[in-house]
Amino acid sequence: MSHANKPELIINGKRTDGRDFEELRPLKVEAGILKNAAGSAYLEWGNNKVLAAVYGPREVVPKHLTDSSKAIVKCRYSMAPFSSLSEHGRSGPNRRAMEISKVTKEVFENVIMLNEYPGSEIDIFVEILQGDGGTRSAGITAAAVALAIAGIAIRDLVYAVSAAKIGENMIIDPNMIEDNYSDADMPVAVSPKNNEILLLQMDGGYTKEELKRSFEMVFKAGKTITEIQKESIRKLYEGVSK
Amino acid sequence: MSSMDLIRSGYIKELLESGKRLESRGIDEFRRIVIKCNTLGNAEGSAQVDVGNTKVLAGVKMVVEEPHSDTPDEGNFIVSAELLPVASAEYDVGPPSPSAIELARVIDRGIRAGNCIDLKSLSIDKESVWSVYVDLYVLNYDGNLFDAGTLAVMSALAHTRIPKFENEEIVHTADDKPLKIENTVVSTTFCKVGDKIILDPNGAEESAMSTRLTIATDGLHIRAMQKGLSGSFSIDEINNLVDLSFSKYEELKKQINATLDK
Repeated sequence: MSHANKPELIINGKRTDGRDFEELRPLKVEAGILKNAAGSAYLEWGNNKVLAAVYGPREVVPKHLTDSSKAIVKCRYSMAPFSSLSEHGRSGPNRRAMEISKVTKEVFENVIMLNEYPGSEIDIFVEILQGDGGTRSAGITAAAVALAIAGIAIRDLVYAVSAAKIGENMIIDPNMIEDNYSDADMPVAVSPKNNEILLLQMDGGYTKEELKRSFEMVFKAGKTITEIQKESIRKLYEGVSK
Repeated sequence: MSSMDLIRSGYIKELLESGKRLESRGIDEFRRIVIKCNTLGNAEGSAQVDVGNTKVLAGVKMVVEEPHSDTPDEGNFIVSAELLPVASAEYDVGPPSPSAIELARVIDRGIRAGNCIDLKSLSIDKESVWSVYVDLYVLNYDGNLFDAGTLAVMSALAHTRIPKFENEEIVHTADDKPLKIENTVVSTTFCKVGDKIILDPNGAEESAMSTRLTIATDGLHIRAMQKGLSGSFSIDEINNLVDLSFSKYEELKKQINATLDK
């Protein structure tokens, strides 16, 4: 957390990209853009560009992982080698990507009605084409839409967003530079029906009060994100009914 | 889940419903914690921690490396974890599993976010810095590797000595300086079984849990959190667990400090 040349992240009450503390970056979701996948979504969130696809339910590979009582979920979060401004990323999963894949998988194990698909596997792929902070949240938000249109039974349309702390200020949806120099950072995935927390990671330094305030900001932002997710699904089926 | 696990999970749930817990433990009570430091001679620091039957070992090696280009005046701090095949019938030989990676990264984040080591003090000159490599070996699994691991890494760091770096060589001497510890971070891990939440789950309790929350604190701030598995927590539950985590801080810190008095 100690950085030599920490840039000024808040000037005259505005953030580096001109946003207010509780303002999300522009979020656009397009559902169903990959024809081969059971469900897919392309999402732009600020400068993040993310593709999510769902395959299955299908036969489990390797076979010995089969669970005759329910479906198993596999997830791969992956950053493209060209996704970051700084350098050419090495291919293959690194430790960070493996951890994000794991916690993303756990989110969707919660919302998919696994008992409906015994003996099968459901695959969730998240490809980060361009990253600018908050890629795991963007990936989960996109994958939720992909899953919803895949015809797989789910309990809820989940969303994810990060909260962060800059000096004394709590902010929502940090971009890359805010993320790099923040004093705390907390990605959260939520099942909006009952505001249950499905993913929670945090590091930095929050007091108890700052944590409570950050959760409030997450839920408030969630209303906007959920609406945009639903709108993308509505748009996909509008043409069908006509 | 094996049929044995299913039966045991059912029993643990029933016990908790009636307000009881295995080994007559309170729901917010740790098992017996034993910390032994500097058990190894060749590592620059080491600590073995028992939490009940969970046994982990952290070893520190100090290595001279080139600084990273984005932090030219700072040393490095790297935590890895291995779930050794000796530790459980469930663990296999092979590359680190997602669980091992998660374990290492969560421990790393808490201690890093707590600024426990002053990375700037590890700078040697323009071309070289000290890298602190901490490897966590899980020797016997009986639940709650996160808290045992954080205690072990923190204790091993507190007993680490920095060798001398002379004429491009690392030299160990009798008066090697101790690695300066700026802050103490400990973690508390809770698991949810049915609608009950318990601290410091053992292996059987972990096989019955739907979800898990680890909270690392330095007594003043929450330094890291990680929720695991497919279950969920409400905000009220999380806030209560943060309170509980803070209330356990001094007790755990005392355990680490006790090893320094010897």
